[in-house]
Amino acid sequence: MASPEPWSASRAAGIVAEHQALEGATLPILHALQETFGYVDEGAIPLIADALNLSRAEVHGCVSFYHDFRRAPAGRHEVKLCRAEACQAMGSDRIHAEILGKLGIGWHGTTADGQTTVEPVYCLGLCANGPAALIDGEPVAHLTAESLEAELAEARA
Amino acid sequence: MSITLYVPQDAVALGLGANRVARALFKGAESRGLDVEIVRTGSRGLFWLEPMVEVGTPEGRIAYGPVTVADVDGLLDAGLTEGAEHALRLGDPLQIPYLARQQRLTFHRCGVVDPISVEDYRAHGGYRGLETALRLGPEGTVEQVRESGLRGRGGAGFPAGIKWNTVMLAKAEQKYVICNADEGDSGTFADRMMMEGDPFNLIEGMTIAAVAVGATRGYIYCRSEYPQSVRTLKDAIRNGVEAGVLGENILGSGKSFHLEVRMGAGAYICGEETSLLESLEGKRGLVRAKPPIPALKGFLGKPTLVNNVMTFTATPWILEHGAKAYAEYGMGRSLGTLPIQLAGNVKHGGLIEYAFGLTLRQVIEEFGGGTRSGRPVRAVQVGGPLGAYFPDHLLDTPLDYEAMAAAKGLVGHGGIVVFDDTVDMARQARFAFEFCATESCGKCTPCRIGATRGVETMDKVIAGIRPEANLKLVADLCEVMTDGSLCAMGGLTPMPVMSAITHFPEDFQQPGSMPVAAE
Repeated sequence: MASPEPWSASRAAGIVAEHQALEGATLPILHALQETFGYVDEGAIPLIADALNLSRAEVHGCVSFYHDFRRAPAGRHEVKLCRAEACQAMGSDRIHAEILGKLGIGWHGTTADGQTTVEPVYCLGLCANGPAALIDGEPVAHLTAESLEAELAEARA
Repeated sequence: MSITLYVPQDAVALGLGANRVARALFKGAESRGLDVEIVRTGSRGLFWLEPMVEVGTPEGRIAYGPVTVADVDGLLDAGLTEGAEHALRLGDPLQIPYLARQQRLTFHRCGVVDPISVEDYRAHGGYRGLETALRLGPEGTVEQVRESGLRGRGGAGFPAGIKWNTVMLAKAEQKYVICNADEGDSGTFADRMMMEGDPFNLIEGMTIAAVAVGATRGYIYCRSEYPQSVRTLKDAIRNGVEAGVLGENILGSGKSFHLEVRMGAGAYICGEETSLLESLEGKRGLVRAKPPIPALKGFLGKPTLVNNVMTFTATPWILEHGAKAYAEYGMGRSLGTLPIQLAGNVKHGGLIEYAFGLTLRQVIEEFGGGTRSGRPVRAVQVGGPLGAYFPDHLLDTPLDYEAMAAAKGLVGHGGIVVFDDTVDMARQARFAFEFCATESCGKCTPCRIGATRGVETMDKVIAGIRPEANLKLVADLCEVMTDGSLCAMGGLTPMPVMSAITHFPEDFQQPGSMPVAAE
């Protein structure tokens, strides 16, 4: 995964300007900011509010409503583990406990070396091949603690 | 002459290493001096066989699967490119019983065509539905949809023709057609498969709708958990505009339709149509009170047609073959085919498109072949996280909106999740509340507060603290949530909870058997 750029207000203003003419531009802007910087910096909120003629509270409310948007940088690699029913039926709870235990973190946590962040997700549409995960946006089916370790090693390489 | 190999890039296939297999096939063919072209398709939905590689031969396609990187050299040496024998050879994919038994009206191109090629789409019958719609005009098109009996496939089952008619008759300078592709129900993947395998079917369906209701702009609201779908849709739309099937003057008709993909941001509630509209407008995904209905005041206050991916993708077939032909499938007031998604602990999971009326048992036993773990089936959740858990004695219920409702369940988006006998139903009931607490938009009190109180009360039951009194409290709470919630999130969370309590009472009467989950 490409490393995110360090936060830059002028770069952010450019991204906002690029999308502000869209109908309902808030989510496309927030996604673009997060893709560029890895998170949505607090400094982006007044930029978006000004560009879209919204209050800062409205923009803040939007950022905080959606599970996807981060307010602080994450680890280098993002693992999303599916916690929904179809994966539960394949023993995902036990596997998740094992994974989180090995990494020494809880849900939403980042490992001490800053390499891996683990987020819960409810359904990835891989429900006949669970347990499922996304690693840096790439799907993984039939997940085990071992296969996750192997995938992460490959992602780091 | 070059040989064509077909390797899926559906998310399931990717999750099982399809990209690695494609690279190995390319290298292996090159080193053997074979002239090979690799087409990346969607999936046919036989997920236990993925990655399923197909080769075009003079006698038609021959499939092999499941193929791993380690199999590739052996397959090429055995003569994969000529369709030769091998332990993984499945033969003609259409003759695989799982697929041969199905009635694929909506999914017939999925896994067959190059998803982002307009040319390939048209070569497989694409755009005949839109041509018919252009010939019939708006009223004639809406009449076909009405007569087909098509009901909204997102879960609510509202008659599509009535909705289309309302938007058609609404007077406004700007109308919108919006696709709800926020397929958040666990156990469902039909929308994802379609968007990744045959996105032009969705694009054509939305264009038919746009022409019928008089909309010139449209959006596909796709969840962010489906990155592969978003990529495929964007590529397809770009190619569609270039080919003149989207944008201005579609197929030379003088009509225009501008379509854009928008990505959700991880909120399950945005699958509820009014919450989706709020989100699309750039706001928090809070549910709106109805009326006004979106058909009259929807996106940006304009008349808006919101349908699910499966509703839109049924319409090209209906327009091409006629409403009557579609209505010949199904039973009662559930007409046409239902894309059933078989998932969870099941041996042969995948997509089964079949007329309404198959029983749950037929799906699980005849198609699914039992559990993947090999243990007995104990519970089956139908219709996503807001659907009921069925015990064995209700598995003869047919998949039909009315029959499922009579059994205190729902068809929903057609997802079936199988659990074996290791499942703890008290735990599942608790999860239903927990999920509602996590995903509630917070607008109405029964859902926002009720879900959290539900988790707490279930924890007491699980810990063996006055289980009878607390279960009574849960039943009471469920009644309030059912009657008092603004939308289906709070209104249907009681369905999995109460079905678990009703059908599996033994799991709620073992004090202290389960540790209370730490959250």
